[in-house]
Amino acid sequence: MPGAIYAEGLVKTFGDVRALDGVDLDVPEGTVLGLLGPNGAGKTTTVRCLTTLLRPDRGKAVVAGVDVLKHPDTVRRSIGLSGQFAAVDEYLTGRENLQMVGQLYQMKAKAAKQRAADLLEQFNLADAADRPAKTYSGGMRRRLDLAAALVVSPPVMFMDEPTTGLDPRNRQQLWEVIKQLVSGGTTLLLTTQYLEEADHLAHDIAVVDHGRVIAKGTSDQLKARTGGERVEVVVHERAHIADAAEVLRGFGKGETTVEEHTRKLTVPVTGGAKLLAEVIRELDTRGIEMDDIGLRRPTLDDVFLSLTGHMAEAADQDEANGKEAVK
Amino acid sequence: MSAVSDAVRITAPGNPVSRSIRDSLIVAKRNLIRMSRIPEVVIFGLIQPIMFVVLFTYVFGGSMKIDGSTSAEGYKNFLMAGIFAQTVTFATASSGAGIADDMHKGLIDRFRSLPMARGAVLTGRTLADLVQTALTLLILAVVALLVGWRVGTFHDTNAGRVLAAFGLLLLLGYAFTWIGALIGLTVRTPEAATSGGLVWLFPVTFLSGAFVDTSNMTPWLRHIAEWNPFSATVQAARVLFGNPGQSHSTAWPMEHPVWASLIYSVLIVVVFRTLAVRKYRSATA
Repeated sequence: MPGAIYAEGLVKTFGDVRALDGVDLDVPEGTVLGLLGPNGAGKTTTVRCLTTLLRPDRGKAVVAGVDVLKHPDTVRRSIGLSGQFAAVDEYLTGRENLQMVGQLYQMKAKAAKQRAADLLEQFNLADAADRPAKTYSGGMRRRLDLAAALVVSPPVMFMDEPTTGLDPRNRQQLWEVIKQLVSGGTTLLLTTQYLEEADHLAHDIAVVDHGRVIAKGTSDQLKARTGGERVEVVVHERAHIADAAEVLRGFGKGETTVEEHTRKLTVPVTGGAKLLAEVIRELDTRGIEMDDIGLRRPTLDDVFLSLTGHMAEAADQDEANGKEAVK
Repeated sequence: MSAVSDAVRITAPGNPVSRSIRDSLIVAKRNLIRMSRIPEVVIFGLIQPIMFVVLFTYVFGGSMKIDGSTSAEGYKNFLMAGIFAQTVTFATASSGAGIADDMHKGLIDRFRSLPMARGAVLTGRTLADLVQTALTLLILAVVALLVGWRVGTFHDTNAGRVLAAFGLLLLLGYAFTWIGALIGLTVRTPEAATSGGLVWLFPVTFLSGAFVDTSNMTPWLRHIAEWNPFSATVQAARVLFGNPGQSHSTAWPMEHPVWASLIYSVLIVVVFRTLAVRKYRSATA
């Protein structure tokens, strides 16, 4: 039986741009899939296809057990969408926004009112409930947007870059909200450029690039694919780089890489903490002063880099291009 | 699938027409709340037509020949139907700008992901704009009365006919907001929708019998003016107001202005609503 979100061979082209080139996804009920990829990779287009906003040229999509292409209106009853921008009416108060969304989900006026009050409380917006949303901070708007997506407690949620543009504190808060939500059994598909975010929230991760899923698995599985641990040393003086490199070569299981300008040396190792202690002793014996040393496991950033061959860009220009590609 | 929580009761889909009306009214309410919180938009929307009333009345009045006379009084009474009609058509721009703004801010995406009636976002918007247009028209009529406009100066009329004239004017305005809706969905930015919503209105409103007597135009221009949907409503309002300067042309819309105005407006609503709703369904912000 397919999962709560299922896609097979989704293809979507915009003019010459092949935004989706055969995306396959299967998200079991009650789990979180992190869709990770650089800008323009096809993350947003995938979400738009699955949320009935965009009709794929080819492929199959089933959400909450309903065929997205055949019965879009039925799908809309079971999903909540929180897009890249906080899609709230800034001249309406938080309460008015939520009531309107509830009523448009076909709730009765009274039920929508009650639900709005509950959500405002739950999302810590009760004090600001009767102020126009334009007076809200970025974090508050995001929370209101998320609350709007949750009005009918949909069994399946889509969040497109939910924390883009938030400061670290607000991002943490939103993560907590999302975790709570998921612990209640909601199936969630989340796109993000923040690898840390996928690591934090998602059970499974699908890495997307050029409109295709190029890798799938848990965060640990993906990290394991990229290779094991390594020792990273930053020496205090440039003059010590050659010396330190010699030490590392003695312990390493592969090539030692040197970054001259940051005075950083990296070497793949096996042996963990015990080996690290030996390296430190040896460097100390030779009188090499260190600014930093540590055992590093691969981050999702490394995974990303090795899989896509480029970094997850966050520059505004790229974001603009990415948006262009989904038009 | 996990069950929808007890706190949430979703009403049955119901019949599509009543659902569409309900959803449209919810969206209209949203837009009216918005307007009430940005009163400057309504106020600025009033300045331009009031300026037109004053400028045309005092600058052109006395130089324009209406029914063979150049009396300033005659031109004033001739003019108002034209200014009213022009004012209602300018609602096009705000309609378009509002919808483009919603697209731009991702609100249209939210609406499109909700299980609501398809045309309701646009219908709600155009209905709210209609309320604003009616308000503008009311204030403008008061200003017109203040500068000396009177109904029944050319031939008799009655309250019912005057109200009918305002009804036709509002219908024209409503029809034009659907053109604005299509423009708004097409251009994507509010700035482009405002300018794109206005530029074409100048030829449409000036190539008509709104401000001058069409019988003085060159023949080909006169034909355009006489068949211009906009002229039909202007002529209809003039006839129903009992104001001077009615066209004596034998063109069908000029001889049957009330019917022509109705048919044109309904036709514009049908055509542009169909196009706009279709565009909305495939809209991507």
